[in-house]
Amino acid sequence: MSKRILIVDDEPNIVISLEFLMKREGFETEIAADGEAALEALARGRPDLVVLDVMLPKMNGFEVCRQIRSSPDSRDLKILMLTAKGRETEVARGLGLGADAYVTKPFSTKDLVAQIKRLLGSGP
Amino acid sequence: MLQGWMIVLVSFAYLGVLFAIAYYGDKRAEAGRSIIANPFIYALSLAVYCTTWTFYGSVGRAASNGIGFLPIYLGPTLMVALWWYVMRKIIRISKTYRITSIADFIASRYGKSQMLGGLVTVIAVLGVIPYISLQLKAISSSFTILLRYPAIVMPANSVARPFLQDSALYIAMILAAFTLLFGTRHLDATERHEGLVAAIAFESMVKLLAFLAVGAFVTFGVYRGFGHIFTLARATPKLEALLTVPNTGGGYGTWVALTVLSMLSFMSLPRQFQISVVENVDENHLGKAIWLFPLYLLLINVFVLPVALGGLMLFAPGGVDADTFVLTLPMARHAQALALFAFIGGLSAGSGMVIVETIALSTMVCNDLVMPVLLRQKWLRLNERHDVTRLLIAIRRFAICAILMLGYIHFRAAGEAYALVATGLISFAAVAQFAPSILGGMYWKGGSRAGAIAGLSVGFAVWAYTLLLPSFAKSGWLPAAFVTEGPFGVALLKPQELFGLSGADEISHCLFWSLLGNIGTYLAVSLIGRPGVAETSQAALFVDVFHHTQGFERSQIWRGSASVEDLLPLIGRFLGPERARDAFLAYARRRGLAGLEELRADADLVHFAETQLAGAIGSASARVMVASVVQEEPPGLDEVMDILDEASQARAYSRQLEEKSRELEAATAELRAANALLKELDRMKDDFMSTVTHELRTPLTSIRSFSEILLDDPKLNLAERQRFLAIIVKETERLTRLINQMLDLAKIESGNAEWQTAELDVRDVIREAVDATGQLFRDRAVELRLSVPESVPSVLADRDRLMQVLINLLSNAVKFCRPGEGRVEIRLAAAKGFVRVDVQDNGPGISPADHHTIFERFRQVGDTLTGKPEGTGLGLPISRRIVEHFGGRLWVESELGKGATFSFILPLGASSGAGEKLGTRAVQTTS
Repeated sequence: MSKRILIVDDEPNIVISLEFLMKREGFETEIAADGEAALEALARGRPDLVVLDVMLPKMNGFEVCRQIRSSPDSRDLKILMLTAKGRETEVARGLGLGADAYVTKPFSTKDLVAQIKRLLGSGP
Repeated sequence: MLQGWMIVLVSFAYLGVLFAIAYYGDKRAEAGRSIIANPFIYALSLAVYCTTWTFYGSVGRAASNGIGFLPIYLGPTLMVALWWYVMRKIIRISKTYRITSIADFIASRYGKSQMLGGLVTVIAVLGVIPYISLQLKAISSSFTILLRYPAIVMPANSVARPFLQDSALYIAMILAAFTLLFGTRHLDATERHEGLVAAIAFESMVKLLAFLAVGAFVTFGVYRGFGHIFTLARATPKLEALLTVPNTGGGYGTWVALTVLSMLSFMSLPRQFQISVVENVDENHLGKAIWLFPLYLLLINVFVLPVALGGLMLFAPGGVDADTFVLTLPMARHAQALALFAFIGGLSAGSGMVIVETIALSTMVCNDLVMPVLLRQKWLRLNERHDVTRLLIAIRRFAICAILMLGYIHFRAAGEAYALVATGLISFAAVAQFAPSILGGMYWKGGSRAGAIAGLSVGFAVWAYTLLLPSFAKSGWLPAAFVTEGPFGVALLKPQELFGLSGADEISHCLFWSLLGNIGTYLAVSLIGRPGVAETSQAALFVDVFHHTQGFERSQIWRGSASVEDLLPLIGRFLGPERARDAFLAYARRRGLAGLEELRADADLVHFAETQLAGAIGSASARVMVASVVQEEPPGLDEVMDILDEASQARAYSRQLEEKSRELEAATAELRAANALLKELDRMKDDFMSTVTHELRTPLTSIRSFSEILLDDPKLNLAERQRFLAIIVKETERLTRLINQMLDLAKIESGNAEWQTAELDVRDVIREAVDATGQLFRDRAVELRLSVPESVPSVLADRDRLMQVLINLLSNAVKFCRPGEGRVEIRLAAAKGFVRVDVQDNGPGISPADHHTIFERFRQVGDTLTGKPEGTGLGLPISRRIVEHFGGRLWVESELGKGATFSFILPLGASSGAGEKLGTRAVQTTS
């Protein structure tokens, strides 16, 4: 059974590229365009990994991450944070909130895929 | 029967007691336990004012002039009342600058003038010699009279006696010897004479008690109290006249003159200056002296009239000189012991005056007359002598002997022509000449050296002409016609009726003319001339002594170089090497230095050395000596004035300082606020950079992702390949647009934008903008309505920039409209002074909370239709800045769900000037 990945980003074109990349690796994908939508998607069904942008409308990525980690159901859910804000403090903050990995935009597609595979602990 | 030897023995015993007291006083002083450091001793020592003139002369004066003897004591009583203001200042000045005599005081005040010091000394010596001779005469005649006890025989004219049989000569010699012992016992020229002061205070007690004893004896022993004497006197018309003012000599005029004269003399007499200033231990003693001294004067005058009246009633007229009543009354009653006590009282009054006066004069003669001359004699090689303290002492001893001998010569010469009081008044009138220079110098900075010299000279000359020369005439040295008919028969120049001023007694007459000439010349010459540098600075130091004592910055004035190796031996020569070393060491300790080797020869040390030296040889000579070893650059007058101005304006400065510190506090607060603002700006810049980075990275992310996807997978199907490539192109455009707009905004904000300002018809610009966005409207099927009047006034603006604003507003409106249902209306209207453009849409609207936000950079408010709005988030900020540049305003009116209206206004007429100006500036910046 293939792994399921929730992509949370408000940039349509980035979503398209991420979706394409994940599908190419054989993952199932689901899309959320803002923080609230992301939490709703998580409530509907649990994915294996969340690719989470930080700058999101309605609720930012840090808050989403904090909420995921505060719920017992999703405490071991893998989170990969993705942001265009590459400052050290942001990275530290994201990891401090419990993100498993942190990738800055623009990213190398190979690196991103490798990171996701590593987090999921297996191939597709 | 009183034997001669017994009188001599008692006299010597008395002098021996005096010496013992002085010796004990000195010992105590050396041990640091002063016996004179109390106000009672100080007040008693001041009574050195009361000499044989008082002891014998007052009764004599009262016998002829009745209560006319009183002004001599009223003057000092009045003067003492002013002491807290006058004498305290003199004492403070003298202590601060180590002034040791009245000559030194005046010389120092007027620029440390050697000439002035010399002049004052000469006047003082010449003026005081009659006064000394008076003491010799009184002691000598009292001795002679007592020797004949119990017979009462007036001494024959002493001039008739051979030289060596004249008791006055021996008395002068004995007094000289005692003065040498008292005043110059130590090889120490500067110390105060504590023992001497104690002895003088003791003498004051003795003469007071002696006089009171005689007075009580006459009043209560011979008669039955005051009432008895005065009742008897009233019965005799001649005696009754003595008890009212109009019948005593010159009347009220003389009273006023004598009171003023004694006021001035009490301040200017060398011995009074010595006792009240130089020997003063603590200026607070003045407080008690102010009432103690008048009390002493009152006591010593209580019995004057009873004794005088008693003598006049007891002795046959003309038989006994009234000046001797104090001695002869006890003798007439065979009160042997009392007569002896009276003699001792007279001796103490005379010796006290002679000792203190000659010491004071000898200091002046040495410091202000002899030393300046000697120091100028290069052949004496004084500068090379290791220790000249012995020389100083020798000069002083010689001066003491010389002054006493002069006094004796005057005694022999003047003979019996004058009564005691008359002789004393001549001296008073001479020293009173110092008063204008002293008082003027203390309270008036304008008094100059030339003025003081001129005033003193004129005053002294008038004194000599109106008082001294007539006294010579009376003594037979000058023809009597000189006085009675005037020199060469010129009546107008009659010495005692000068310029026709008659009707006054000789003292009042002299006082009037001499002080008039003295003060007038002093003021006139001071006002006309321009004072020198030294005078100006000394004037300020004296007048403002209470301000300068602590705060005066000497180093500001002084420029020069000196060395301790030069200064120490110099001071040592005059003070003795040991004392000089000790003084320097003490000075170094006060400054917190370990020893002499750490001393730096700066302005303060030079001043210290000069002050030390001034105590020994006077300020004028000290100045010359110090200048000989110190290379000094005299400061300019302006410089000195500036500095003194500064010093006296200390209060003004401190006020300014307070003001400055308040300003500083205000500035600190401003700086703190500015710093907070800068921090805030820094944080905002940080946020801005972070935002810009984010905005740039977002399109880059898509471009990179799709490029890599395309690169990795060459077999991607055509449709996807095209779709991805289209995204790449679109994101690239977005990136370009973003960068352009950021640069645009930066240019506008920094004022570097180019503006092509011209007269525009806004209708044309609107039409062009509508054309440019036509495709956009058609794509989205949004309806556009135009509502433009027939004509509007033109505005001054940049056509392209205005287009940019309109296109931005139109494309924003389209972007947020629901495709197919959207409706956008653009309206143009002219109002008073401006045109107004509205762009209204029927989109989702903007919550009032966001009305402000949307004009900030990168702050987009999303709509619910397409998720993230397109655009850079810079359009509105740029548009607002453009409109504001032309003097207009851009704003939004909207509510959620009710569409939005973006409006701007541009000024008409008022803007034309501003617009041109801005245009000109734009050209300049771009050229």
